Amino acid sequence: MAVVKDTAVAAPAVRAGRLSRLLDDETRLGRLMLAPAILYIALLVGLPFFLALYFSLTDITVGSRTLHFVGLKKFHEVIHTPTFKLALKNTFIFAFVSQLLVLILAKILALALVKDFRGKWFVRLLILLPWVAPISLGSIGWLWILDSIYSVVNWVLVHWRFVREPLRLLGILDPRMPPMWLGQPELAMASIITVHVWRLLPLATVILLAGLTSIPKDIHDAAAVDGAGFWRHLFEITIPLVAPIMIVAVLFGFIFAFTDMIVIYVLTRGGPYNSTQVLASLAFFTGIDGGDLAEGAAISLFLFPLLVAAAFIFLRIARRAEVT
Amino acid sequence: MAIVEARNVKKYFGEVKAVDGVDLATREGEFLVLLGPSGCGKTTLLRMIAGLEKPTAGEIVIGGQVVNDLPPRARRIAMVFQSYALYPHMTVFRNIAFPLKAQGVPKAMRKDKVLWSASMFGITHLLQRKPRELSGGERQRVALARALVREPDVFLLDEPLSNLDAKLRNAARDELQQFQRRIGTTTIYVTHDQIEAMGLGDRIAVMNAGKVRQLGPPQEVYDEPADTFVAAFLGSPPMNLVEGDAVIVGFRPEQFLPAELHTAAPLVTFTFRLTRVENLGADRLLYGVLEAPFSGQRAIAKLPSTVTLSLQPGEKYPFAVPQQHLKFFDRTSGLRTAPRPL
Amino acid sequence: MRRGSVRALLGGGAHFGLLAAFVAFTAFPFYWMLVTMFKETSDLLNPNNNPFLFNQPPTLEHLRVLFGETLFGQWLLNTAFVGVLVVAITLLLAVPAGYSLARLTGRLGEQLGIAIFLTYLVPPTILFIPLSRVVATLGLQDSLWSLVLVYPSFTVPFCTWLLMGFFKAIPRDLEEAAMIDGYSRFGAFAKVVIPISVAGVLTVVIFSFTLVMQEFVYALTFITAARRFTVSVGVPTFLVRGDVYFWGSLMGACFIASVPIAVLYNFFLDRFISGFTVGAVK
Ligand SMILES: Nc1ncnc2c1ncn2[C@@H]1O[C@H](COP(=O)(O)OP(=O)(O)OP(=O)(O)O)[C@@H](O)[C@H]1O
Ligand SMILES: [Mg+2]
Repeated sequence: MAVVKDTAVAAPAVRAGRLSRLLDDETRLGRLMLAPAILYIALLVGLPFFLALYFSLTDITVGSRTLHFVGLKKFHEVIHTPTFKLALKNTFIFAFVSQLLVLILAKILALALVKDFRGKWFVRLLILLPWVAPISLGSIGWLWILDSIYSVVNWVLVHWRFVREPLRLLGILDPRMPPMWLGQPELAMASIITVHVWRLLPLATVILLAGLTSIPKDIHDAAAVDGAGFWRHLFEITIPLVAPIMIVAVLFGFIFAFTDMIVIYVLTRGGPYNSTQVLASLAFFTGIDGGDLAEGAAISLFLFPLLVAAAFIFLRIARRAEVT
Repeated sequence: MAIVEARNVKKYFGEVKAVDGVDLATREGEFLVLLGPSGCGKTTLLRMIAGLEKPTAGEIVIGGQVVNDLPPRARRIAMVFQSYALYPHMTVFRNIAFPLKAQGVPKAMRKDKVLWSASMFGITHLLQRKPRELSGGERQRVALARALVREPDVFLLDEPLSNLDAKLRNAARDELQQFQRRIGTTTIYVTHDQIEAMGLGDRIAVMNAGKVRQLGPPQEVYDEPADTFVAAFLGSPPMNLVEGDAVIVGFRPEQFLPAELHTAAPLVTFTFRLTRVENLGADRLLYGVLEAPFSGQRAIAKLPSTVTLSLQPGEKYPFAVPQQHLKFFDRTSGLRTAPRPL
Repeated sequence: MRRGSVRALLGGGAHFGLLAAFVAFTAFPFYWMLVTMFKETSDLLNPNNNPFLFNQPPTLEHLRVLFGETLFGQWLLNTAFVGVLVVAITLLLAVPAGYSLARLTGRLGEQLGIAIFLTYLVPPTILFIPLSRVVATLGLQDSLWSLVLVYPSFTVPFCTWLLMGFFKAIPRDLEEAAMIDGYSRFGAFAKVVIPISVAGVLTVVIFSFTLVMQEFVYALTFITAARRFTVSVGVPTFLVRGDVYFWGSLMGACFIASVPIAVLYNFFLDRFISGFTVGAVK
């Protein structure tokens, strides 16, 4: 056996340079590695955020060279416009109804997906599509499906007897006057909510699915041995155990619902008669399309207390989960 | 080869005093075992020697040089982790070659050294596998080969055998000891298993609550415990400790025999009321209570099964310990004191 | 025995039916895009035709229009250009930051981690107005570089958070072993942690890229020239002329831009979820 006798492997050359010392120093290295990200976030999120605060206190517009400090005037003006009040109401309806639906549907879907079955990968892909596809494009798909004249939904309502007859008997549908999904205020809101649910369902489902699969199998077995039936099992074991993860899913959903405007921008532009206008879209139309930066900023900042509240809940959950 | 010293080393994690003033020095080429109950600070001490943890106070000295400010790689040490810490994305060959690469050893020489190191542990046939394709015992050998390949001055091993099953552990212990004798590198070995410690160590440092309670060769630590903690920690079952007026008296269960079995004199005799007998195959364990002057205190006797004497629970028997095997401890400090008449 | 199997069959049927209903809901719009893109316009725009059938033979005309007469190809390229640069910037910022938060900054790091994550919650609707001013000041209006500059503001916080979760899951021993084997603290990160995290990093690449593809508000605000649109803005603004919708081409564009990414995404989903929940809950 060729024993390598050589022991003259150089003592690991520790370069005494500043660089080498830095590369070993946890604290300084940690700060150095974190600094670029923090700096970037401070400049492109922090700074604009405070700019938004500042703008909302001035009378700035797109074309203006100078701007005047006007204090809370813009907020004051904004609050008293009927459009704003309507948008505020719509925001809440939109957010709460869509979240409730998402939560219920996601829970059912996640329970159905926990089981292993053939073709699960493909089913999951199909369910995931709405989340992954660019939402502006997905919304256009819906725009076509809900078109005022060529809507496939309407075609089905009008042409399929077994759909039409029951509805007609209930007095809901008049075949000569098919619904205008995006043109009638209540229907427009319902359509927007449907598309939003469609879009958020996948994310909520996968988050809940992760929660469900992380429950140790022993617990299910123990519950089965203890004689718990399906509903008892669901409400006393499964739901409490996934509750923290569920809250995370809901939180994300709310943030999307409060801040996202693409669906509305593509489908209704806030119409008809502002019946689908929410704060996010109103801020966009006022600030960018209308050119009144100050008012737009003021409107968008109304969202912020809600987000802070959401963040607060989030921190509480994070802390509680850390303790256990 | 080098001597490792810890000089009044402390490590506090906030309130927790993980290591609380340890003075310890190895000898050249020695196999030193750190033994102690779980949570006593063994791993923390080892990690400070390795440079993975900065001492709160005190100095670490390796080969005469204070290394407190040197990063791990500059300390000429090698360490085997309890988890083995093999790099999962590399083959065994690349795992073993990794430290050489870090040192900038030329490629051809790297290969020779990896082969040499792998052959020391008989794993040359595994070189192309990934760690997850290895058994526990094979992983342990790869970890040792990786530690050996750079020919460090000091080996640090943190419970390297605790993931192996009992049988494999015996074989691995043997192998490890032979290997250490052969290369003669100073080795510090952490374990909470006293059998491992007794079998492997040139000397044992018994630790408790962040302090070294005793440092000595295995037999000495066993026969002449420095305090009641060491006395009660070593041996299975541990030393009997009974409280007298001024002192605590200790004696090993295997010295505590029916009076008629003793041949040597002088003896100290106790009246022993037997309460329970446990047959372990090779030994019989006798549980019971002492009569005056230690009335009510429990004791255990261990009889080899070659002794067929019939002993019945509920009966009283005269048991005795040779005088020289009685150990005396101070009641308040727990430290050894001079023998005195009972 | 018989009863049991009937019940199992019923249960299986219900399970199947339930999933079918959900799949119909989620996937129908994409199926509809696929069908629409191959239909003649006159077929599409005849309300008496059964929309589920091809009443006239299928056509590739819409795809020809899409690629030949619009800037769809250019938009795809623009999206890829912005996507690649944003992913690169994101990795450059988020990988070290995620590692630093996971390992080097201790208690403070945990809090900073949550703070960084919270910035992800500050929505574009608050930021786009001041950012449009910033972009104008830098002279980047109507340039793809404005998007390259701004997009990392939502990819970096999210990816830092994800990566922090991945890095935390790597056993510390491995890095310490590397340090003992002769590498510096940073060397251990570069030589051991990064190679082990390849899958995690790839995941982040995919997710940043999809986030970029999704983005709408900034692109709509900062870009005005059709040549410089990204897909998500170009398609809805350019293929809709007043009241005239080029439905076939629109649907083709939507389908082509959505489905491939979705397939890719599905491959990385499990890892994404685990990173997401580790970061969020543990
Ligand atoms: N990073 C840390 N932060 C806080 N406390 C720590 C840390 N590391 C160790 N401790 C505490 O220090 C004490 C000593 O720990 P150490 O790991 O050294 O014990 P040990 O003797 O190796 O135990 P075991 O045999 O179980 O491995 C323990 O109480 C432990 O909880
Ligand atoms: Mg330990």
